Amino acid sequence: MLLREIWYLIQKDFRLEWRQRAALSGMLLYVGSTVFVCYLSFALRGGELPVPAWNALFWIILLFTAVNAVAKGFLQESRGRLLYYYTLVQPQAVIMAKIVYNALLLLGLALAGFGLYAVVLGNPVQNMPLFLANVVLGAVGFASTLTLVSGIAAKATNSSTLMAVLGFPLMVPMLLLLIKVSKNALDGLEFDASRSSLLTLVALNLIVSAVSYLLFPFLWRS
Amino acid sequence: MKNNWWKALAVVLLLYTAVAGLLVPVPRLAILNETIRNLYFHVPMWFGMTFILIASVIYSIRYLRNPTPELDIRSHEAARTGILMGCVGLATGSIWAKYTWGTWWTNDPKLNGAAIAMLIYGAYLVLRSSFTDEQQRARISAIYNIFAFATAMPLFYILPRLTDSLHPGAGGNPAFAKYDLDDNMRLVFYPAVIGWTLLAFWLAQVASRIALLKQKVYEKQLA
Repeated sequence: MLLREIWYLIQKDFRLEWRQRAALSGMLLYVGSTVFVCYLSFALRGGELPVPAWNALFWIILLFTAVNAVAKGFLQESRGRLLYYYTLVQPQAVIMAKIVYNALLLLGLALAGFGLYAVVLGNPVQNMPLFLANVVLGAVGFASTLTLVSGIAAKATNSSTLMAVLGFPLMVPMLLLLIKVSKNALDGLEFDASRSSLLTLVALNLIVSAVSYLLFPFLWRS
Repeated sequence: MKNNWWKALAVVLLLYTAVAGLLVPVPRLAILNETIRNLYFHVPMWFGMTFILIASVIYSIRYLRNPTPELDIRSHEAARTGILMGCVGLATGSIWAKYTWGTWWTNDPKLNGAAIAMLIYGAYLVLRSSFTDEQQRARISAIYNIFAFATAMPLFYILPRLTDSLHPGAGGNPAFAKYDLDDNMRLVFYPAVIGWTLLAFWLAQVASRIALLKQKVYEKQLA
């Protein structure tokens, strides 16, 4: 029952996104122009970025994209429509569907961003499967942390500032691990070198999703 | 008096910590020298902070199950006390680092983790102040408090263990476990932890009593 509700809600989110393509293309343009601005600012130095800087810049771009993309999740839904969902489905289905939807959206944005980034700034990744697995975990992690935060921020008056203030520190533990694994992938280290970090990332994702699942019903009532 | 014995215990233990912590002989270790005594003042701050934040989360959970203004105030004041303990912990650590590492701050996982955890709880205070409706503020800050606790605790207890660190207790540096072997230090350290933790709870209790009284006065003025 819950799974079926989640499935319908995800479909609904994608359909809505597809109908108002302005938001989607806006986000793609946001990633694209950020990458391009970075490229232009570093082009002065002769083009080639050192590997640690490449890595840090990539994740910072993804971080800002994620905050912007997820922030509109609950903000764009009108009050009446939210009330309508609540009469139809369980609150747990709403939050789970939003997390899955945001994760897929962020994954798409991250991959598109990575493609463009690799084209203009070079691709020093030596262990591609590990890097991509890391990007997937990152998208899921950002989505699960930020979805509940956007739900909280949507209730307050100054929600866009609040989104950044609440979201950034909460994402730091995840971001540190992601950057570390990503550096291992860039240096072409074996999978074993990043096993414990990857497991911790999975565990963090599970903790954050589980806490969101438990807390959202209380958030929804207000 | 029957319910206040722990406050007397806190006073006795803290006096003991201050006197014995500065006078009882400590092992002579290179570089650390007398700064090793900071163990009695810096480390218990983090213990006290952890316990008081756990208490705050428990109040938040109880608030969500049974919303009363009192639980909200208690949870808020406990979180504020936790932030205070964390700031004192950062300050004592920073002063210690100046004399042993030669710098106020260094890029170390434990230090950064602690600083970011303070930012997370700072965001809790910002969140609280951005609501006008009291019930909504109480419910949403309780939700954020639980969420913040679940993400901040890995910063303290999981991430630093995955990376080498300059901080005592990791990466082959003169370690916490090594001081622990010294029985003299143990005799002061454990009472210090209990004393500072009790002090944290005392502070939170007094602060919540003030807040509750203020609320009562306010309600009377309205009536």
